[in-house]
Amino acid sequence: MRRPGDGGVPAPLLVPAVLAVAFLVLPLVGLVVRAPWSDLGSRLVEPAVGQALRLSLVAATLATLLSLVLGVPLAWVLARSRMPGRSVLRALVTVPLVLPPVVGGVALFLVLGRQGIVGSWLYETTGYALPFTTAAVVVAETFVAMPFLVISVEGALRAADARFEDAAATLGADRWTTFRRVTLPLVAPGIAAGAVLSWARALGEFGATITFAGNFPGTTQTMPLAVYLALQSDPEAAIVLSLVLLAVSLATLLLLRDRWLGRAVTT
Amino acid sequence: MRRLLAAGLAVLVLAGCGTAGGTTAPSTATADGGPTGTVTVFAAASLTDVFTDLGAALEDQQPGLRVQFSFAGSSALAAQLAQGAPADVFASADQAQMAVVTGAGLTEGEPAVFARNELEIAVPAGNPGGVTGLADFADPDLTLAVCAPSVPCGAAAGAVFAAAGITARPDTEEEDVRAALTKVQLGEVDAALVYATDVRAAGDAVEGIPFPESARKLNEYPICTLAAAPNPAGAQAFVDLVRSAAGQRALADAGFRTP
Repeated sequence: MRRPGDGGVPAPLLVPAVLAVAFLVLPLVGLVVRAPWSDLGSRLVEPAVGQALRLSLVAATLATLLSLVLGVPLAWVLARSRMPGRSVLRALVTVPLVLPPVVGGVALFLVLGRQGIVGSWLYETTGYALPFTTAAVVVAETFVAMPFLVISVEGALRAADARFEDAAATLGADRWTTFRRVTLPLVAPGIAAGAVLSWARALGEFGATITFAGNFPGTTQTMPLAVYLALQSDPEAAIVLSLVLLAVSLATLLLLRDRWLGRAVTT
Repeated sequence: MRRLLAAGLAVLVLAGCGTAGGTTAPSTATADGGPTGTVTVFAAASLTDVFTDLGAALEDQQPGLRVQFSFAGSSALAAQLAQGAPADVFASADQAQMAVVTGAGLTEGEPAVFARNELEIAVPAGNPGGVTGLADFADPDLTLAVCAPSVPCGAAAGAVFAAAGITARPDTEEEDVRAALTKVQLGEVDAALVYATDVRAAGDAVEGIPFPESARKLNEYPICTLAAAPNPAGAQAFVDLVRSAAGQRALADAGFRTP
């Protein structure tokens, strides 16, 4: 039988598709072409590069873990509970997807800053101030990245066959056991895909981080911040940093594509 | 208040406006020689308030002219100009960043210094950190903001610390001086090293602490029209206004030292 797509791509689709590929790929080619290859080695071993990269990887990973711990239960509530006002709740928790990250950074200040609603209490009782710390980087990244995980896991939960859960319940499992033993394994690919999305988003986070966590090498200066500031004084250093970030992103996608992403997309 | 100031400026500069236009591109000039269209000014973040007022004054004076601004760290603006950003005027917070632009052959004519500025310590109202002078920037227990070394206020801060023999322990290096000032206004840092003019512009939320070492590093602010200016007549009109007696008075009122 003839499957759609076998007869070649119609021109009205092919031309825009080729343009889209050029649009998305050429800037990356530009980075590679304009990179200072001759002294790339010496630039890569500069301690500042390793410092920013290490901080970026650690913060993005912690933000992803935090998103998993908080986001998976939230996704379950959105997908499975009969709570009234769920659609409003869903809209609220996905606002950070569309909110400009800088606005998110300002909002974080107003709640978690030294003068913030929660932060001022924390500061007065314990003397701890969150802004301008590595923890603030993780918080800012979690704020923008967790919605990706929630949306992804909620979608997987909705697509999963609820009859398995019903069967578990019939066999006497309580809801917590059912969630742990049946639901979680069922949506694992969706959780993995969401975690990868969140991690990638956290790795690239700029606006909320520079606003809420500030910019200091070794503490809060992640790769995107380092790229932005290097561009003002040393464009070649910015290109080198960008290349590193590009390589990390590509490696992550390639590494995880076959394991989880491919399956998650097709389920 | 700002509107009033702008209107006052407009009246003051009307007398001298005959020198501004007329000689340049006819496409951007009206029949009586005044520039029209839109003039785009790239200006250092520390000029935000005073240039906004001057732009409003110029618009009042030349009804056909619109002035739009891009305020950011001078180094970010210089980098954008080097990448071909379309602008008519560049006003930098130090000579180094103007040199980046002149060095790339992007300016028209010689840059002229129109103001000077010095650093001051900004603290939130009430000075919760008990900051008294520049030496407090070495205190690891205080939350402190400076500008990133690549932007002029950060370069000036580095020079001042070096001159005073202080090893600063800042918690954040901000991308421009107004970002550092904002952290003080929000009360999130105990002190930031900004320009004296920023302290004045911030009003009651911020207190300034002058320090003797600031005199060792006075930033010079150069301004220049750009070779690729889409609106050369408008560009010249804006530069003329900044360098006019009225423009210099507005800068002095904002706390800048004028040449």
